[in-house]
Order: sequence, then structure tokens, then C-alpha cells
Amino acid sequence: MLIAILSDIHANREAFEACLDAARAAGAERVVLLGDIVGYGPDPVWCVEKSRELVAAGAICLRGNHDDAAAGGTVSLNETARAVIDWTKERLDAAQIAFLASLPLTVEDQDRLYVHADGSSPARWHYVTDSESAALHFNATQQRVSFCGHVHLPALYSRLAQGHVTAFTPSSAAPIPLLPQRRWLAVMGAVGQPRDRNPTAAFGLYDDTRNELRYMRAAYDIEATAAKIRAAGLPESLATRLSTGR
Amino acid sequence: MARAKLNPGDVIDGFTLVEMAHKGGMARLWRVTHPDHDFPMLMKMPELGEGADPATIVGFEMEQMILPRLSGPHVPRFVTNGDFAVQPYVVFEELPGKSLYPRLESLPLSPEQVADLGARIATALVSLHHQKVVHLDIKPSNVMFRETGEAVLIDYGLARHLELPDLMDEEFRLPYGTAPYMAPEQILGHRSDFRSDIFALGALMYFFATGKRPFGDPQRLKGLKRRLWRDPYPPRALNPIVPAALQEVILRCLEINPARRYPTAAQLAMDLQNLSGVALTPRATKLKRDSFSVVLKRRFNPDPMDMVKPENATEQLFDAPIVAVAIDLNGSTPELLDKLRIVVGKTLDTTPNARVACLNVLKVNRLTLDSALDEEGRNKHVRKLVELKNWASALDMPPGGVTFHVLEAVSPAQAILNYARENHVDHIVMGARAEAAMRSLLGSVSGEVAAHAPCTVTVVRNRVWPATE
Repeated sequence: MLIAILSDIHANREAFEACLDAARAAGAERVVLLGDIVGYGPDPVWCVEKSRELVAAGAICLRGNHDDAAAGGTVSLNETARAVIDWTKERLDAAQIAFLASLPLTVEDQDRLYVHADGSSPARWHYVTDSESAALHFNATQQRVSFCGHVHLPALYSRLAQGHVTAFTPSSAAPIPLLPQRRWLAVMGAVGQPRDRNPTAAFGLYDDTRNELRYMRAAYDIEATAAKIRAAGLPESLATRLSTGR
Repeated sequence: MARAKLNPGDVIDGFTLVEMAHKGGMARLWRVTHPDHDFPMLMKMPELGEGADPATIVGFEMEQMILPRLSGPHVPRFVTNGDFAVQPYVVFEELPGKSLYPRLESLPLSPEQVADLGARIATALVSLHHQKVVHLDIKPSNVMFRETGEAVLIDYGLARHLELPDLMDEEFRLPYGTAPYMAPEQILGHRSDFRSDIFALGALMYFFATGKRPFGDPQRLKGLKRRLWRDPYPPRALNPIVPAALQEVILRCLEINPARRYPTAAQLAMDLQNLSGVALTPRATKLKRDSFSVVLKRRFNPDPMDMVKPENATEQLFDAPIVAVAIDLNGSTPELLDKLRIVVGKTLDTTPNARVACLNVLKVNRLTLDSALDEEGRNKHVRKLVELKNWASALDMPPGGVTFHVLEAVSPAQAILNYARENHVDHIVMGARAEAAMRSLLGSVSGEVAAHAPCTVTVVRNRVWPATE
């Protein structure tokens, strides 16, 4: 089965739609949303509704730190992010807030673990940025393959038994075999706010029969999203960073 | 995990073990058969017992990842991977004959043999590099040949696929490779430069041409690092029959700084296939190693090496294209010849490491089997070469950057296509016949070339404005 894995949508409708379309075109039969549906972007209502619809149809959806904040959690956020969360809260209705509050922090599915930030303590929102932080995740979890997001930078870590953690930055959509004798932690890039200097929306496609992962990119109408951010009066930096991917 | 003992006749996942073909420190190779596959196959099983080198496991994993991605005549055909948890193995095509290793008994080989072997291995590297793989362990025992003559590169345990995680990289602190052939940057831990394979091939050719390894066979890191500053004896100092051109090629492969080597295996193959066209530098004729002061400077105050970042490594292949310019000296107007030169010049502006091959096809009615040309034919040939050189002189290319070829053929299009295939040409530039009437009468050479070329084709046409009534 081909599984589409989307993380850090951040209320970017255009990017979210582009990834879902690309995933469908590639033959994805299942959707996993790794959290941070809201925050930063101008379309929280549409994105939450779309996520609810996908969940109703069988998708897995996790809670990210921005979702947690929008649902009333006490997670610490920087000033810009906090301002957008306050704006977002005013727009979501009670049912939408309740949906975000109900989302799990981790989901286990066969030999896979899905989590927004990292598996060592999902509610503390640690960033997986290098081999050391990936090792913390491997030490604290059992599953063979884990998927996370949160850092907005695609990466792939692996470890054989108790050996060193190897790190890799994917540079193409070539399928990568997740060799069964190793454990893997796949960090997905962001759908709605990429920061790896590539402004196109990032998502993953995992084939659980072939054991192969592809780091995909989808082009979307960045100008349209940026215009909405400006029209909504959200911080200008959130609009400009979309076109540079930083 | 692995079963303790396997015997002939045992069946693993449908593969019947016939006999053990090889037993080494890292792996065992069994000859196997399978009802679904009718070609000879080997099953490679890593030695995973107590005290096994962890590099064995990781090398085996790399092979399991990379082999299924490779295709073409220059790699063993991949069949299947075994499940690590049950019995780790990889099954691939068994190649006929022996590797180059037994040839070490009869070194040195003649310069012609060395150039021929080198060209065939370089051609295999072209294919491998275009598949985004650096082999990183080119040596005689890893080179085999098909019955049709193509070199086949085996053993991907140390290789790097630029689009896949490098499991070797962070696992081990020591550089992995084979001491006599390892490139300086590989010794320093860089594993993503295609030019490391060019260095190893240079070391192999040096060994085959002289009977001596250029850097010996050091067993420790300190000895390995010596090649970062100490250059080898020039091959001609060890074996005077090595021609200057072959020494030029070998020593260019062995340059310490990758940026001073051949930029691509395709350019190396091109020179080895045509040693008479190699531009000679002081490297070609030197008979002594570099002076003490040069070596001291390299050791204690070295120039920085031009390293390539893994994410830019693939681009390297596009930085140094082989451009073939097909020039129809008779059928082209002066305007078209000028325009052709401008287009080629613009291409070279962006790719200063490009090689240009200027081609002119002498159309003959039939090919004579006797290759010796008669007096008239020879004159024609020479005249065309002079004209080609004249055309190219305004391009202002560095020596060795441009070569000239007069091809004789019944079909000009086929001659150009054959040249492009044999020489790994990346880009063909050619002019179109000016008049539509001529094109429809004679057929379009550029049309045929564009339709069948293995590479990019640019057709240059001079714009003609219709006359007003």
C-alpha cells in the first residue's frame, strides 16, 4: 500500500491541496497527517475541515504543537507564531477546536510509529536536527520505521542495532529502500512552510510492501497564499518566507 | 540469522546451491540455479559470525541498496535480495571468465593493451556515474568482462549512490577502500566525487603499464596519506616503452587535486581511444618526480583541494560535456558556418571544461574494405582537416580542448550518430541545410540525427527572410 505522509501543513490550503493531488496522482491509498495543521498560514478553517474529512475517510492525524496551542494548550511559541495562533483561535469554531484537542500525539501502525516532533517525549516537542537527537528517538522507541515532522527540513536517519546513527539529506524523489535490518527515522519536510531553501511543498510517499520511501515535492501557487497572508493582516515575514523556502 | 552450514543441493527461497564459487573474509559466493532464471547466477552471503568486521554488514547493505538500482551492460544483472532476518543474501548474474586480477602475473602489459583496458573501464564508469554511483573501489579484482568485450564493474560494498543514504559515511571513522588505488580525497573521508574513480583507474593503468604500484601498498593511514604530497615516479622512468601520451593520461588521472584530473570518465575514455589526439603537457615527458621543494610545499603548505559537495556532485557531469560539432564544409553558407561557431562559443562560455570534437563527414558511395586511402583520398582528408581547424580557430579553445575528425561514411547521419555513441557525446551541434528544396530532395541529416541521437541535439539554422513581391 502506498501511504502519503504530510506534515506541517500550517493552514496553507494551496500547498495542502497540491500535495493531496500529487499523492492521489501517484496512487496513494492512505493519508497520514503528522500535525501542525494550523499556525502561520491564512486558511486554518479550510485546512482543519479538510483534515476532519480525511480522518472520517480513514486517515491518521496527529497533534502538533501549533494545533495544541490553538486548542488551548500551554506550549511555548515565539511571538510571531503566538500572534497567528491567537488570530487562528478567533476563526475556529468549537467543533474545530475540539477536533484539534482530540488528536493523538503518537500513532502506532504495524511496525511504524507516527509522531509530530520526536518519540522520546512527544509532548515536549523536541526537534530532530542531527544524529544525536535522532539517537534519543531511537533509544526511546521500538518501532522499525518512524515518521515525524516539526523541523520543516527533510532528513532520513538510520541505525543498525546499536551502531552509529547515519544521517542523510534527500535531494531527489528517488525511492529509498528502508532496509529491514535497520531502524529508520524519516523526518518529513513541511507542506505549508518549507525551510530547506526549496519553496515547493514537501511530503512523503511510503510503500509498505516494497519498503521504499520517496521524498516528494509539489509546486503550488505561492503568490496566492502570500496574498492571503497579507490580506489577513498576518506578519509580512510569513508571506515572504514562503517564496524563498527559508 | 544465518544458518550455520550450507551444502550443495540446499535450497534457499527457490535458489538451489550448486557449489561454492568463492570464500573470502567478507562473504561467500555460491553458484545457484533457479527455475525462473536461465542465466548463470551467484548468491553472495556476508560472513556475519562472531568477530565479523562491522564494515562487512554495512558494505553488504550498500550492495543490497545499490545493485537493484543499476542497469546496463557494465554492471552485473541484479536478481533479488534475501531477507536479512532469515538469511541475508543478494543474487546477481555471474559473469564469464576471470577478473583482471590474474593479469597481475604478467605485468607490465603493452601500452596498447593498457589503453584498451583503460578505455573499456572508463566507458563502464561513464555508465555508472550517469546512474549517480561512485564505485570507490576500482581495482583489478573488481573488473570483469562480458564476452562482447564490455567491462563490468562488480562489488558495490564501498560504493556511494548520491540519491541514497551513505551508510558507510558515519559508521566508520577510518577511510574504507583498497590502499593502492584509493584517491587522496577518499583517504580524507570524501565519498561523493566521481573523480575518485578516475584516480583509481589511473593507479590501475599505472600498475599495468609499469608493473609497479604508483603508491605501493601501504598498510597504515600514515602511509596512505603520503600520496597527498608525494607524487609517483613517472611511468616512462620505469618503463620507457610507455608513450608520452599514455603517461600524460595516467598522470592526469593521478593528480592530487580532483579538479586537475579528467573532469569526467567520458573525457578520459575519449583520450584513451585516441591517444594520438591527446594534448601533451610537461606531464607527458617528465622522467623525474617533483623536486624536493615542491613536495615540501605540498606537504606542509598544501593548496586547498577542490572538493565537491554531495548535493552538487551530479552537476559535475554536466559541467564538462563532450560537444560534437558536425560541420558540413561544402553544403553550408559562410553565414551558417559563422552562426554555428557563435552557438558553439556560447555553449562553451558556460562550460569551460567541455571537450569539442569537430566532425566532417566525407560522403563516399561505398565503403571499401581496404582502409588505405589512395592519393586523392588522402589529399581530400588532409584538406578537410585543415578547413576544420580553420573553422575552429576562432573558438579560442585551450590545447587539447578541441579535436578534429574526418569520418568517411555512406550515410552522414549514421556516421555522426555512431561517433556520438562511441564517444559518449553529450551534445551534438550541427547546421541545417538552408534550402527547403534541398532538404526534401536529399532528406534531412539533422532530422535523422535529432531523431536517433543518444544525447541533446542543437540544429542551427540561418534565418532567411522571404523576398517581398
